[in-house]
Amino acid sequence: MNLLPYTITLSFAGAALSLVAGRRSAATARVVALLTAASCWGITLYAACSFVPSSQILTLIDLPWITQLGINYHLAVDGISLTLVVLTGLAATAGVLFSWNIEERTGEFFAFYLALIGGVYGVFLSADAFLFFVFYEIAIVPKYFLIANWGSTNREYGAMKLALYSFAGSALVLAGLLWIYATGHATGFGFWELAQAAAAISHPQQMAIFALLFTGFAILAGMFPFHTWAPTGHVAAPTGASMLLAGVVMKLGAYGCLRIAMALVPAGLDFWQPLIAWLALIGIIYAGLVALVQDDFKFVIGYSSVSHMGFVLLGLAAANPTAAAGAILQMFSHGVIAGLLFAVVGRMVYERTHTRQLDALKKLPLHRLIPFAAVVFVIAGLASMGMPGFSGFPAELTILSGVWQISKLWAIVATFGILIAAAFTLRVIQVSFFGTVESANAGLSERAGVSPLHLDPITWPEKAGTFLLLAATLLVGLRPDLLLNWIVPSLQSPLLQAIWHGGTP
Amino acid sequence: MSYSYAILARALLPEITVVAGALLVLAYDLIFGRRYSLNERTSAALWIGATALVAALIDTVSVGPLGPVYGNTLMLDQLAVATRIGVLGLALITLGVAAGAKNPRHPAEYVAIILFATTGFTLMAASNHLLIAFVALELASLSLYILTGFDKERRESAEAALKYFLFGGMATAFLLFGFSLIYGVTGELDLSRISIVLTHTGMSPLLTLALVMVLVAFGFKAAAAPFHLWAPDAYQGAPTPSAALIASASKLAGFTLFLRLLWPGLGALAGDVSVAGNSGGWLTIVALLAGASLLLGNFAALAQTNIRRLLAYSAIAHTGVMLLGVIAAGAAGAGPLFYYLATYGVATAGAFGVIAVLESNGGCQKITDLAGLSRRSPLLAGCLTIFILSLAGIPPLAGFFGKFAVFAAALKLGGVAGPAGWLTMLAIALSAVALYYYLIVLKQALVAAPNSESSSPIRVPTGAALTLLVSAGIIIALGLFPSLLLGIF
Repeated sequence: MNLLPYTITLSFAGAALSLVAGRRSAATARVVALLTAASCWGITLYAACSFVPSSQILTLIDLPWITQLGINYHLAVDGISLTLVVLTGLAATAGVLFSWNIEERTGEFFAFYLALIGGVYGVFLSADAFLFFVFYEIAIVPKYFLIANWGSTNREYGAMKLALYSFAGSALVLAGLLWIYATGHATGFGFWELAQAAAAISHPQQMAIFALLFTGFAILAGMFPFHTWAPTGHVAAPTGASMLLAGVVMKLGAYGCLRIAMALVPAGLDFWQPLIAWLALIGIIYAGLVALVQDDFKFVIGYSSVSHMGFVLLGLAAANPTAAAGAILQMFSHGVIAGLLFAVVGRMVYERTHTRQLDALKKLPLHRLIPFAAVVFVIAGLASMGMPGFSGFPAELTILSGVWQISKLWAIVATFGILIAAAFTLRVIQVSFFGTVESANAGLSERAGVSPLHLDPITWPEKAGTFLLLAATLLVGLRPDLLLNWIVPSLQSPLLQAIWHGGTP
Repeated sequence: MSYSYAILARALLPEITVVAGALLVLAYDLIFGRRYSLNERTSAALWIGATALVAALIDTVSVGPLGPVYGNTLMLDQLAVATRIGVLGLALITLGVAAGAKNPRHPAEYVAIILFATTGFTLMAASNHLLIAFVALELASLSLYILTGFDKERRESAEAALKYFLFGGMATAFLLFGFSLIYGVTGELDLSRISIVLTHTGMSPLLTLALVMVLVAFGFKAAAAPFHLWAPDAYQGAPTPSAALIASASKLAGFTLFLRLLWPGLGALAGDVSVAGNSGGWLTIVALLAGASLLLGNFAALAQTNIRRLLAYSAIAHTGVMLLGVIAAGAAGAGPLFYYLATYGVATAGAFGVIAVLESNGGCQKITDLAGLSRRSPLLAGCLTIFILSLAGIPPLAGFFGKFAVFAAALKLGGVAGPAGWLTMLAIALSAVALYYYLIVLKQALVAAPNSESSSPIRVPTGAALTLLVSAGIIIALGLFPSLLLGIF
């Protein structure tokens, strides 16, 4: 358990090391990055093995840092953050595997990549709002360079849009945090101190603070109408980066909504709840409908991410422990499934066919050329639709049953979202992989076995990464209690109590 | 009240050392200069100058905070000592920038004038008397005009110097007029006694006029909008090390001087900006200057294509935050403002250091001249990234915590109930705008491919490389451990 803080230092050290290693050779940098990501993941799994679920937050390290402002270097873990650091380790390791083919400036790529990971670990483990914010911002800048340097379609636009949206969001968060600190006369930035300070502020100001904090984080979580950075950013990003963006970075936003906005200003949630829930519902339906009509394969997945993150926000907005537990399970589930979908689209298909236009892919018999990718995408698509047996099913079911207790209408509208998700997923599976079943057969037989297009075979890093992600979604799908046993007790922690009681502690 | 010359001499030891160093630089070049090439003369001048600055740093630390000196003429408190260390350090960085820049035609004069300007800065840090403050400010300003126009081969340099001189001269006239009114009303020149008189008399129309005069001059010197017009031209036209000095040490010393003048001296006339409504003190004017600088600096920077003008407009935006720090200093003390000034100075001087090296390798005016820097020189690209991200306020670099500390102090005045709080919220919102133009710079340096005509690797002179690395190290160290600096106050 006490090794967890090393995930942060190890990631940053790995970033520096791969920068140096990249000067020797690309292969060395890759190995350094894989070892770093895998050993961080190992640390999180080791910590998970010895984790005893409880309602208390377990402090890992607590050192005075900036004494003048009462800021501590305070890292802590509970079931919620443990779930998310395990996800981070998994997504990071798989992301390195799917970035194995980066040839240009490899060392720098993995340096930015691991710096981003270090920031993400830091956010999930912070128990001091200042520290949280520092790590949150550390995670922004590497994203820009990952996309602008190694991305594809319209990469500079996508990168800048994403960086500015994220930074505007974090500016709102900073304003909210400082507002609590200054007006509530807090002595420090620990979560408890800020929560008590916030409770002492007048009611209208609490509403404004909550709006700042929640909007700031929700931008990164892809809440409608602030979601537009997500599809363009995801599409422009290189595969490994889009796996991280969808897999863990969007979760930073959702986690911030729960851990900072809702926990510090619970009264604000009570007031804004209907608005947030409806925005989440609009996000689910709207992004799903948009995904239904996209021409670009990756945009479909990008919008599906927004739609699925809508479920997370809906679960949080429902403000009861059941829905919140589902939301956290959905964060894990979506992190794994979205990673898998982006891996297939970005790495397996795009890097080989050099097109993501569905019209062009329709003309290729992809299910014959790369059957592995087709099989994986069908499985991942089923998981994304919420088929029983995969992690998406228990997650969305828990969210819906929690939301049902609050408002039956919300739950019914959200169910339509699941139908739309099934529709766009099936459409994209059909069009992209099985577009030309007959004509391909005819074409192949006509040319007597001469394949019209030779695609490189699937490499071992891709297979390894796929295996990791598929195993995770299946494991959680079959045994959701593994994660729920960590999450549910943590939702009873004193800091989160006020959320479930309508703002009164 | 003691008027001991011995203590005065001790208190002025750093200034004496720097002036002696400047004379030594001139004398050495006069006597031995003919035998050596321009390169050797430059490095000799730089080495002597750097030695004098280091000696002055040691003096400053060993003298320490003596308290009031020679009556109340000088005030050697923690702020004065910290500012002296700051300006001497920033002058050292400036010499490092000069080591990477094109050699000036008269290196000894150039270094000597940098040292004279530094003397002015260290005096500004400690002066507690209207006349001493004025003389110190003029010593620094006149030296800076000369430094701006030092490149006699370029018309832009002369143009910039003339603009800077005319605006600065005007500001000086305003300042002197303001000072004379204050003296006329209070009958005192010593800040401590002025404040005692003012607590009894309170505000009067004549004092309002004096305050406006003084603040207009302050606005000119600090390049606050709407008195900023000289800054972009001066930054663009001046030789790079001069621009670095104007942007860093001059700002730190100027803000310390005016902080001392405004809070301990004219604190009784401050008014109140923590709640809405006009309270009729100088804080209202400072708040207006801050708001104008924040808006103008950030939005004008968006439109720039010249890297130096971009840094100038970003400097104007930073001035806005610094003015917010001045507002907050009444309650929070000088700590947050000093931290902001010092770290901003290091970051911006470092950025000019990178520009200087590029300049001597084929020119650096447009932002696109930075293209492909990461491939031409990873060292320069890495250092520039750190400086620019610090200016943008990205943690864990020092610029972030500077902003954070100033914002926290300003909000503590009265939450969001008054102009101080509104300005803070504005500044936070505009930091997202600022990220855009800083990322544009970094995009050229780290993402874009090198221009076809200038893609050769850049050789960075040792002195400049060392300066850049140390500056970057300071930015990271102070960002990770802000208490090192905040703990002084």
